[in-house]
Amino acid sequence: MSLLVVLEHDRGKWVEANDEALTAARKLASDMGVELHAALVGVGARDLVSQAATGGAAVVHLCEHEVLTDYGPDAVGETVAQLVASINPSAITAVGTSRGNEVLAQLAARADLPFVANCMTVAPSDGPWSMTRVQWGGSLLEDATLDAPTKVLSFGHHSVVAEVADAPGAGEVREFAPALDPAMAATIVRDRDVQTAGVTLSTAPVVISGGRGVGSAEGFDQLEELAELLGGRVGCSRAVTNLGWRNHTDQVGQTGTRIAPEIYIATGISGAIQHWVGAMASKRILAINTDAEANMVTKADYAVIADLHKVVPAITAEIRRRQG
Amino acid sequence: MNILVCVKRVPAPGAKINVTEDGLSVDSAHLGFTTSPHEECALEEAVQISERDGGEVTVLTLGPVEAEEQLRYGASVGAHHIILVPTDGSAWDPQRTAAALTTAIEQAEQANGQPFDLILFGNESADSGGFQVGVRVALKLGRPSVNAIKGIDPGDGSVIARREIDGGFEVYEVPTPAVLGIKEGINLPRYPTMKGRLASKKATLETAEIAAEPGGQALIRLHRPPEQASTTEILGTDETAAVRIVDILEEIGVLA
Repeated sequence: MSLLVVLEHDRGKWVEANDEALTAARKLASDMGVELHAALVGVGARDLVSQAATGGAAVVHLCEHEVLTDYGPDAVGETVAQLVASINPSAITAVGTSRGNEVLAQLAARADLPFVANCMTVAPSDGPWSMTRVQWGGSLLEDATLDAPTKVLSFGHHSVVAEVADAPGAGEVREFAPALDPAMAATIVRDRDVQTAGVTLSTAPVVISGGRGVGSAEGFDQLEELAELLGGRVGCSRAVTNLGWRNHTDQVGQTGTRIAPEIYIATGISGAIQHWVGAMASKRILAINTDAEANMVTKADYAVIADLHKVVPAITAEIRRRQG
Repeated sequence: MNILVCVKRVPAPGAKINVTEDGLSVDSAHLGFTTSPHEECALEEAVQISERDGGEVTVLTLGPVEAEEQLRYGASVGAHHIILVPTDGSAWDPQRTAAALTTAIEQAEQANGQPFDLILFGNESADSGGFQVGVRVALKLGRPSVNAIKGIDPGDGSVIARREIDGGFEVYEVPTPAVLGIKEGINLPRYPTMKGRLASKKATLETAEIAAEPGGQALIRLHRPPEQASTTEILGTDETAAVRIVDILEEIGVLA
């Protein structure tokens, strides 16, 4: 009896979401009273075995095949489906990143099993399981049940705080060679187009966003200046993207980027649900808005009820003054 | 290139979402309805491709009869055909939805005498967010699929698809027919013109009644997350608050 956690990596580079996946999986495996197994798939996975063991995996299934030269939803999904058929775990989980949910959807479709995405809490039992999952990007929660011979579910990204395992797992390596149709290479990543080197919106320690209240595309210059001083990134609301003031890659929200900075400075943003769910994982929120009743203001830790066009330059000036 | 776009009718929320008394749906008494945002962009992308390279766009939805509104909207922004798979209005689980959509797509392709070159889904629906219906349909149809696509460049027998990753894109070359999960930001959807609105009223609505068995995931109840008992500390009401703000930035260690 085991719980299988599917880990991800970028050509052999560990991704932070794995720490969340292992944290959630350790607890779930303990609640189920089963052993924790991890799956690592593709080129470069071999280098990550010890990290999976440190995260609590008793067994690490190392899945390699010549088709698996990089990530590809069909090839990785089929590999995991074959592994599951071979080792027959009681449940399979991952963290609900773009890839995590895609691979579990692939697995579930191939194995004809239900798949519950983006759970917050999971209560295993001998019969159907109960869980609370995310709807509307986190604005609503859904209590659901999962009735299946093998349970497939993901945990919402950022819904679990990563913790270090009390004790490492044995990390026994078991090689698994899937039988893959070479045609599956069709959906393997061909190339990459890296546009932002260094700190990105989702990893920035400081994010300074502007909403409709910024007034124009040029109005974002002052936010850029402050962001540069703080080593942060500029974000925006959906309204701003729709107005064409900023590129969608800067959009914070349910359909944009989900951020988790040390501090989020939201200027001229009213805080519609769509925006809030992308910002709510921020450690602290400072809202700068002329409207004291704005949703963003009432939900923020700190607020300044004033015109952002006066406050933002004043912050920049104050930082410059202190830095001499 | 003939493209099918699968869309979902969802409430258009503002600052808050309330739940009905039975806990089974969003209280939409004071809300309008819209097409889920990723899918609105998928539709715009399909229309742009058909305008540029030819071919026809079909919009398909599974939902209550009122979802005809979203299909007519699709026609108003350039879709050529609209298909409704009616439900009783209850929320269908992902397995059931995928099974019914697959049957509807097979019927449409049989009627057309050829497969759709591309089937576009939203990466996930705005409301239930199951992250799987497109993948399930792709596998039932035996076609490749990739999610999180923010760029499509149609070629001959394949498409170049760009998937958003942190700080850039992954590039895929996917042979058609294929299924893609589209994300908002791939384009800026147009608003319907008056001419488009008028034409959409005349579009022929095809209806495909399809039964499908419920899957293993069941919704018990929706509820709002507990309000974080946060009190907002007001730092000031003018630019002199900057001093206190920079103090805080120093305290939390983000100021070098």
